[in-house]
Amino acid sequence: MALMAEHSLATLRDLSLIVLIMFGFQYLVIRRPMARLKRVLGGFLLALTGLTLFIVGLELALFPLGSLMAEQLVSPNFLPALAEGAERHWHDYYWIYLFAFMIGASTTIAEPALIAVSERAHQASNGTLNPLVLRSVVALGMATGITLGVWRIIMGWPLTWFIGSAYVLVIVLTLRCPKHMIPLAYDSGGVTTSTITVPIITALGLGLATQIPERSPVLDGFGMIALACLFPIISVMGYAIIVHPKGSR
Amino acid sequence: MPFVVSFGRQILDSTKDLMPVILVVLFFQVLVLRQPLPETIAAGQVLIGLICVVIGLALFVRGLELGLFPAGEGLANAFVRKGSAFWLLLFAFALGFGTTVAEPALMAVAVQAERAFLEEGLILQQQLAPGRVALALRGIVALSVGSAIVLGVLRILKGWPLHWLIIGGYMIALALTAVAPAPLIGIAYDSGGVTTSTITVPLVTALGVGLATSIKGRNPITDGFGLIAFASVMPIIFVLALGSLGFWWLNG
Repeated sequence: MALMAEHSLATLRDLSLIVLIMFGFQYLVIRRPMARLKRVLGGFLLALTGLTLFIVGLELALFPLGSLMAEQLVSPNFLPALAEGAERHWHDYYWIYLFAFMIGASTTIAEPALIAVSERAHQASNGTLNPLVLRSVVALGMATGITLGVWRIIMGWPLTWFIGSAYVLVIVLTLRCPKHMIPLAYDSGGVTTSTITVPIITALGLGLATQIPERSPVLDGFGMIALACLFPIISVMGYAIIVHPKGSR
Repeated sequence: MPFVVSFGRQILDSTKDLMPVILVVLFFQVLVLRQPLPETIAAGQVLIGLICVVIGLALFVRGLELGLFPAGEGLANAFVRKGSAFWLLLFAFALGFGTTVAEPALMAVAVQAERAFLEEGLILQQQLAPGRVALALRGIVALSVGSAIVLGVLRILKGWPLHWLIIGGYMIALALTAVAPAPLIGIAYDSGGVTTSTITVPLVTALGVGLATSIKGRNPITDGFGLIAFASVMPIIFVLALGSLGFWWLNG
């Protein structure tokens, strides 16, 4: 309850800014009363309550779940036994790769925003684009991004290498991709990181970087969200190029 | 009654988002790890937390749909009709800034970023009040999204080609990455990914689509989308640039 009171003050501050902006522009610049004022105010009250609850849930459940799974899946007791003086190989961590892949794929496949996008794409393409196939392609991209992100943390390689190569790949594919698929591909990068998956993935990354020897939370823990956004763009454009070979654009 | 129905649907949507996570975690806990949850974590607390997340997110989205989204759309249309570029751009900036400050996914990343900074000793506890770093990061990202929307609106008004601006943005981001302090890089790129979320996207898209519809020769679908694309590149640039300044200032 104390947690709740503390957070509700902070969310009040966070939400009141946009409220002030809206009312300021409405009454000082446009100078017309706001339509359905009561409903708008009621909505803000709901949003305030909701955001406070969400932040409380974030601390109670989403952060702990992410870091807990990272801790357990890379704990020395769980990993295959290590011979005396031997070094830990990156492939010893296979369970955490599988976990990351499954989290990425399953949350994306079920993501409501993506379902809406793929239905729209289905209609826009006159039924040639199967929405389920599109969702699977995006999910595959997202899962690959997260898994590569986990692998990067384990290897301790700079994020720049991954982002740089992904950018180059995105640019090359954009040049080859059928024009009508480009906006869809870029859009699908944004919808994979929902408000629920972001905290879990961030906590997973930080948990891993804390647990794995010689890794730093700040240097290695972040970057998974970025990769999770980039790889669906790549997978959707790659898919578009395979399905619509040159000449049929 | 319609409220109850749409709220119920929202709860269902949030649950759909959360369900796969719970299933995958349970699968690993029961079949792979084969151990009860460690004692450091109370299962009951997690359960309450999950319920808070589902109900909270549903209330939040539903509240926005009732209040903020229609109000914002009305304002966006009013400014497009008003025909004053100055007020339109000012409104675009304020909209991007204000919505980003209230973005829950960004709050999560900012909280974690501050914790990581403290843990590494990159900032000292007595140096800054708790929550300051998270707030600063959110401020920088909000500033960047505001600027991104301004740039996106300018692009729609002037008809600049989208892909060159985006590729240019990527180039600047990569160039800054080469000179920025290493601890900022991951956080900067992650910030770019969280701005395209619950609250920013619907409002910004409304502005873009309204604008593109009212100007001849613009395509509502591709031009409305362009604003979001800017909003995910600009935070990287701003966090790297302004974050570097803050970093050097803190560390002398």
